[in-house]
Parts: sequence; C-alpha cells; structure tokens
Amino acid sequence: MEFKFTEENLARIEKEYAKYPVKKPAIMKMLYIAQEQNGYISGEVIQEVARMLEITEEEVLGVVTFYTMYHQKPHGKYHLQVCTNVSCMLRGAYDIYNKIQNDLGVKNGEVTADMKFSLEEVECMGSCGTAPMIAINEDFYENLDAEKTMQILKELN
Amino acid sequence: MEKIVLPDIPGLSDIEVYKQNGGYQAIKKALGTSSDEVIDVVKKSGLRGRGGAAFSTGLKWSFMPKSTDKPKYLCINGDESEPGSFKDRQIFEFNPHQLIEGIMIACYAIGSNTAYLYIRGEYYKWIKLMQKAVDTAYENGLLGEKMKETFGTDFHCNLYIHAGAGAYICGEESSLMNSLEGKRGYPRVKPPFPAQNGLWGNPTTINNVETLTNVPKIIEKGWEWFSAIGEPKHPGTLLFGISGHVNKPGVYELPSGTLLTDIIYKYAGGIPGDKKIKAVIPGGSSMPVLRGDSIEGVKMDAESLRAAGSAIGTGGIMVMDEDTDLVKVLARISKFYHHESCGQCTPCREGTGWMEKLLHRMVEGHGSKRDLDLLVTVAKNIEGNTICALGEAAAWPVKFMVERFRDEFESKMSDHVQHEMPNEVHSMRHTQNPIAPVTL
Repeated sequence: MEFKFTEENLARIEKEYAKYPVKKPAIMKMLYIAQEQNGYISGEVIQEVARMLEITEEEVLGVVTFYTMYHQKPHGKYHLQVCTNVSCMLRGAYDIYNKIQNDLGVKNGEVTADMKFSLEEVECMGSCGTAPMIAINEDFYENLDAEKTMQILKELN
Repeated sequence: MEKIVLPDIPGLSDIEVYKQNGGYQAIKKALGTSSDEVIDVVKKSGLRGRGGAAFSTGLKWSFMPKSTDKPKYLCINGDESEPGSFKDRQIFEFNPHQLIEGIMIACYAIGSNTAYLYIRGEYYKWIKLMQKAVDTAYENGLLGEKMKETFGTDFHCNLYIHAGAGAYICGEESSLMNSLEGKRGYPRVKPPFPAQNGLWGNPTTINNVETLTNVPKIIEKGWEWFSAIGEPKHPGTLLFGISGHVNKPGVYELPSGTLLTDIIYKYAGGIPGDKKIKAVIPGGSSMPVLRGDSIEGVKMDAESLRAAGSAIGTGGIMVMDEDTDLVKVLARISKFYHHESCGQCTPCREGTGWMEKLLHRMVEGHGSKRDLDLLVTVAKNIEGNTICALGEAAAWPVKFMVERFRDEFESKMSDHVQHEMPNEVHSMRHTQNPIAPVTL
C-alpha cells in the first residue's frame, strides 16, 4: 500500500528542511514521523522518503538499519524498553526483564498476540541515577523493581 | 561551594528566573569584546571538555580558521550514551538557558552563525524541554536575526536541535557529524580534523553540553575566578553521576579533585548494607576499572585519575559492592560494545563479538583459564587499530578488569571446557538481528 505523509506531518517536515542547508539531514526526523504515522518503517515509507529527499532507497534503508529507534515491523501498543546495562543491572534490571518475559510470554523483539505489548532489551538510556528503569513508548519509568513494573503494566492494560 | 552548572535556584529553567539571576548578561559582555578576547579568556580559565577527552576548550576554539569563505558550524554534543553518565539531561531539564547562552558565546568566539544541538533520540522528554527553551529564546529576541537588534551588534546565530535515533557511536564527534548530515553514523578518519573539514566539509567545532554551560559564568566572573576552583590543571566543577551500589545515586556538582571516597560516602550515602566496595568504574563504562581497595586518596580530575590508572571520562561513577559478579558485569559491558560497534573497522566489529562470546561462555560456567588470555589478546588487538575511540572503549574494560581482578576471574573458570564456538563472521551493526523483508 502506498505511503503518504499527512498534511500536518508534511508541515512538520517543512520545518525540518528549514534547519539545514540541504534536505538530507531531515531524514532522521522524517523517518521518526513516518514511524509515528505508520507504526513502523515499511518498504513504502522508504520509497516515499527517498522520493522526497531525492536520494536512493538504499541510502534510506542504510539509515533505517543503523539506528535502533527505527523499527521495520509493527510494535505493540505499548513498546516496553527495558534497560539492562550495568547501572540498571546492579540494581535488579534482569529481575524486571525476566519477569516481563515470563508474565507476558514474549522474548526480546517479540509482540504479544493481542498486539498490546512488545519487548525490547535496550542499552543505557541515561537513567543510571534512578535505576532500574524501563521506557514505555516515550515515557520513562524509574526507580523500579519487578513488582512495581508489573503493577504499571497492569494499570496500562 | 558555589555551583556553576546546576545552581540550587528553583525554577531556573524559566527564562525570567534565569534573567533575574544575571542570565543573558554574559553574552552581552562577550559581544562588547572581540572574539579573540573571548577565546583568550576561556583558554586562560583552563576549561577542559567534559565529554571525555578533557581537551582545552579555548584551544579547540582557536583552531577554527579566521579567514575563510566557508560557513562555520558549532555542534553541541548531547548524545550522552555512555553507560553510567546522565548529567546532560539535568542541564536540559534544570538549566537550559545557561546552555543556550554558552552556545551563543561559543558561536561568537568561533565566528559561526549556525549551531546544532545533537540530543540522543531516547531523551524524548528532554528534547521537548530543550526545544521549548530554544523557542522561548527566539521569542525573546535572543537568537536569530533579532539578536542584532536586541544586543545592538551585527552578530547573530541560529540554534537548531537535531535528535538522534539510537546509536552510542554518534557521541563520537565525527560520527555525530555524519549523523547530522543524515547518514549512517560512521566515524571519519582524522585528519582532517573538524576545524578544517567538518559538517558538509566546512570548519566545525564540537563541544559537550556541560562544557558550554560553564562558559557564561567564566565570561561573567572572569578566568581568574574559574581557574581557582578545584584542581589547577583541570579547574572548575564537574558533574559527577554516581550509580550502582550506593544509597543515594544521582548527579553531584563538585569541584574537580574531590576525593572519590568522599563522593561515594559523603554525598552518595555509602554502600547499602555497609558492604565493602569491590570495584569502581570512575568515568563511564569504557574507562579502566579500579579495585575497591585502591580508591583511598584517589582524586577525581583528569591528571589524578590517570596517575591512579584510570581516566575521568564523563565522570560517571559506577560502584560495585563485594557481592558483585564481575564476570557478569564484564559480559554485559562487552555485549554493549558489540551491539554499538558500527562495523566499519574489522578489529572492532569482529573483536567485540569475540569478547562477548568468550565472556558469555564464562558466565555459563564453561570458560577456561586459556580463555582469559585469549580475551585479553582480543582486547589488545582492537586497541589502537580502529578509526575511532570505540575500539579503546571496548578493549579497556576487558583488559583492565581481567588484569586487576585476575584472581576472581580465574576462580570462576572451569576445567570442563567447551571448545566449540561457532566460527561465524560478525555482520555489520544490527543486521545480526532478523530484519523484516523489505519490498522495494
């Protein structure tokens, strides 16, 4: 299916173009906006972004695969990003990570059958002083333990 | 002690409160002098970069060509992805206008009209907070063309925020520039250095967020004042982010040269359960680890830490108590560097993968003493053989942790050795993960 940005998003992209002497740097924000609109970066998104920026589709794909925040398959409604890097690990991050895997029955990179939750083990998110943490979509939840985390997920559900 | 970067003033992120506390006066003062004088003051102040290399900021600025037809750029590094460091987000949240003012002064000093503030993509909230502060500065005529009118000079600069999208390597300055140009964030070969050939081939200076937040106060109070704070060779305050096994983790702004033990016990409230300290990483995960029994008297500044066998890095202190399994910690650190290696240089792309695999085998209880030597050999073959410093960042934790805790590592090795390890070639960043089919 063809992908087109909404009028509102096209206006946001125009603002991005204005920041730089050339168009190409806007790609990072464009892909992010596309992901917001489409749910994930599909082949059609790549085609459209390449057309708009007048670059090749391979160049766009190169950017998509380099950065971890672009996803090439649909996520759950709530995308759970669990940091397990050292500062979080020392304060029990793996308890949280394992608990989520167990209770939701998903592994890293998987989505629950009802498409509600997806799980991603992420690298340091800069919450070391308030570790352990998880991010749900764009919100940080800090100073957690396994129990508190499951309570938060229950409330979302 | 007076705080420079994160003063205890409630509501300081509000532009009015910032102005009431002398905000946007330093840029006025700077504009009344020549750009050379500004560079000179910053040079004399002894301000050194807070992003890890601790290079003289004034000297860096002086590398920018004076006479050139090309546009000049300032990039501000707010990628903050080093595990254990979480200081810049405090600036975005609590003192954004002092950062903006520092950016304005830096632009004036190097003769740039355009600045890009690169913030890591995962900092969703802080990107929004910072964008709000930038918008407010524009509305108040402090940025853009209106600046000329506000300050009555012919200088102006624009500040744009560029959000990353999840890549540790983009904190490396040349990788940051490639990312800003909308490419894969591969580090560039140096020379040429950014001051000659940076963003789109133009002269560029890259400074850390914390570094520039210091600048307005230096201009306001003079270099003599700043250079008298903390250790003379690395003056000023530093934002120490302390995490791991301490009672009160967080960011503490303290003079450089503060005792590491003071930060741990006096400020961060000591270790939970009064346990002993086994290990401390003093500057973010890529810096050499120190043994808990060797931190007495160690001061937190570039020179003192070098003498103690580590480095200041980003000032991210990670504390590990006596019950910590260092094999697991090192395995996690190596997993990180393997994940973040951009894949450009073979020693790093392959080596980080081998280190992760060897350490994983050790965690599983199937490592042998020979594996320990192999691990160190792999680390030494990465170090110094890569385009950027991620090679060292990946090698140092392994090399120094095995060396300094050899007894612990050896005690965890097994005689039941699994020799089979799939000899597969590691692929480039992320392509080791299954990728959904793309129809082009």
